[in-house]
Amino acid sequence: MKPRIAVHKFSSCDGCQLAFLNAGEDLLELARQVEIVHFAEAGPMDPEAPVDIAFVEGSISTHEEALRIRRVRQASRYLVTLGACATAGGLQALRNFQADGVGGWTRAIYAQPAFIESLDTATAIARHVPVDLELWGCPVNGAQVFTAIRRLLFGALPFVDNEKVCQECKRRGVVCVLVTRGIPCLGPVTRTGCGALCPAFGRDCYGCFGPAENPNSPALARRLEGLGLVPEAVARRFHFINSQAPGFLETGLDYTGGPP
Amino acid sequence: MDDAPLFLPRPEADRLPEALRSAGYGRVLGPVARDGTVVLAPIQTWADLPAGLRDEQAPGHYRLVPGEDRRCFAWANGPQALKPLTFAPREVLWRARRDADGALQFDPAVASPEPCAVLGARPCDLAALALQERHFLHGRFPDPAFRARREALFLVAVACTHPADTCFCAATGDGPGLPRQGFDLGLTELKAGYLMVSGSDRGRRVLQSLDLAPAGKAQRRQARAALTRAAKAQTRRLPGQRLQAELYARLQADHWAQVGERCLSCGNCTAVCPTCFCHMETDEPALDGRDSTHLRQWSSCFNAEHSFMGHFVVRHDTRLRYRQWLTHKLASWHEQYGRSGCVGCGRCITWCPVGIDLTAETAALLAEPPHGTAS
Repeated sequence: MKPRIAVHKFSSCDGCQLAFLNAGEDLLELARQVEIVHFAEAGPMDPEAPVDIAFVEGSISTHEEALRIRRVRQASRYLVTLGACATAGGLQALRNFQADGVGGWTRAIYAQPAFIESLDTATAIARHVPVDLELWGCPVNGAQVFTAIRRLLFGALPFVDNEKVCQECKRRGVVCVLVTRGIPCLGPVTRTGCGALCPAFGRDCYGCFGPAENPNSPALARRLEGLGLVPEAVARRFHFINSQAPGFLETGLDYTGGPP
Repeated sequence: MDDAPLFLPRPEADRLPEALRSAGYGRVLGPVARDGTVVLAPIQTWADLPAGLRDEQAPGHYRLVPGEDRRCFAWANGPQALKPLTFAPREVLWRARRDADGALQFDPAVASPEPCAVLGARPCDLAALALQERHFLHGRFPDPAFRARREALFLVAVACTHPADTCFCAATGDGPGLPRQGFDLGLTELKAGYLMVSGSDRGRRVLQSLDLAPAGKAQRRQARAALTRAAKAQTRRLPGQRLQAELYARLQADHWAQVGERCLSCGNCTAVCPTCFCHMETDEPALDGRDSTHLRQWSSCFNAEHSFMGHFVVRHDTRLRYRQWLTHKLASWHEQYGRSGCVGCGRCITWCPVGIDLTAETAALLAEPPHGTAS
């Protein structure tokens, strides 16, 4: 029997699921290797079916999601988070910094706020259930996802890059934008995996793959101040896509005057 | 190098890349101003070179700025030496596949690089290449891919008349003048043109094909004076060339933790260092599971993976990683390769995002009293 996989969606933009849908021929090969039993965006619908690997996109931001993720965990041999939302809460976790909860934002944004049911926080999957493997990125890197799948099918634990983006810049021959232009690049504290995409196009890394192993965010933050960023701007660099990730969270708070 | 230098007048400089192409080097790389720095890229004519530009280098800072004349080599260096040309940043070592009987087969990757002439290798780059050759070629298991790429290179070295503020090759003994060997052709740039010497038989043949007049006495004097000025202009230096005992006696120094507070452990210093050779190997299995590609890529002693031993990381914090890097580079290299691993190019200073200065950190370490040799 072929291994069975599921792709689940929680609070997210669906962009990480595109890692599968944009894979082209690899998606056909994947369908030969595994049985895709649940993947709403692609068609198959069987959210409760037991599977070997469950991919989870999105963070937990409603009461219903907090209950549903437990059922996903119970039905899955491996649970793999897919991208920044599932792994660290994502962009929507900026709401976690609102001292008075999410109500003010809901009333400001929605015409009919009474229909919005939402928790005061958006949180990573690992805050709710055990996670076997976390894939970072906004969005994830499709090649990294498929390599992880192949290794899981071999019965091996996937190795996920955790070094800094800088090293991929140097391997690719991308010239350092911080050193030559003084722009506030987060590459020196950010996990590689994107292929140094932004610096390769001359812009500064904004940390969408989250903190690398052993990040020294306080030292980089001091450097960003030296480049001319005011404290609020330094805080926004760290509190963006992965604001809740340890390694970015504390440094951002240091530059906004502490926890809410 | 015992021949008297010849002189290539600036208006005739294009004859050199032509001669290299005629000698069989269809690919000619040279320094090109790009992305705010100088990188090695394919060139067609002398006009592709960074004429009239100088480099302003400082810890964590690099800018190209206008120079006082139209010289093409009035800058010290860019982020990379020759390292990416010989020690590939990422390369396939072998592939594994299952044959028809289900048995595993291993196919080595064969490198067949095309002949390539490189214009603009600096003396420190040559010293670094010699060290990399010692590492990759002189052990019990010479690296075939490195050898093939090295043998495909024809090196046109250029003496350093305009060092950057971050340079300290005069202190390490690796510049700013040309070494005796390790290159094919050697240039020293004057305003009016280039003094040229050969450093190998194939270099001599290319030089002869140019049919140049000998450099005049005044030109030779100008070149010597430029190199003397270049050495004197360097303000940074290491406290010595043999620092093993002094560094080993300070493995417990307080300063390591102080650097650890500032260091990002990002590995930029090791990636731009022309002598650092650490790498990791990884496998990329095809999705159908029938074959797998085994790759080698640049890695760094600033990564956790570098000291991962079975199930724990030996050098878990930045203090220990910086100590590993600096004491390997300046101390234990002597035991491995007979000299320090630093050639004074200053790249680790310039390209450190937070501007940590190897020479300053070494001086600060040696200012602490020795603690014995405990590790």
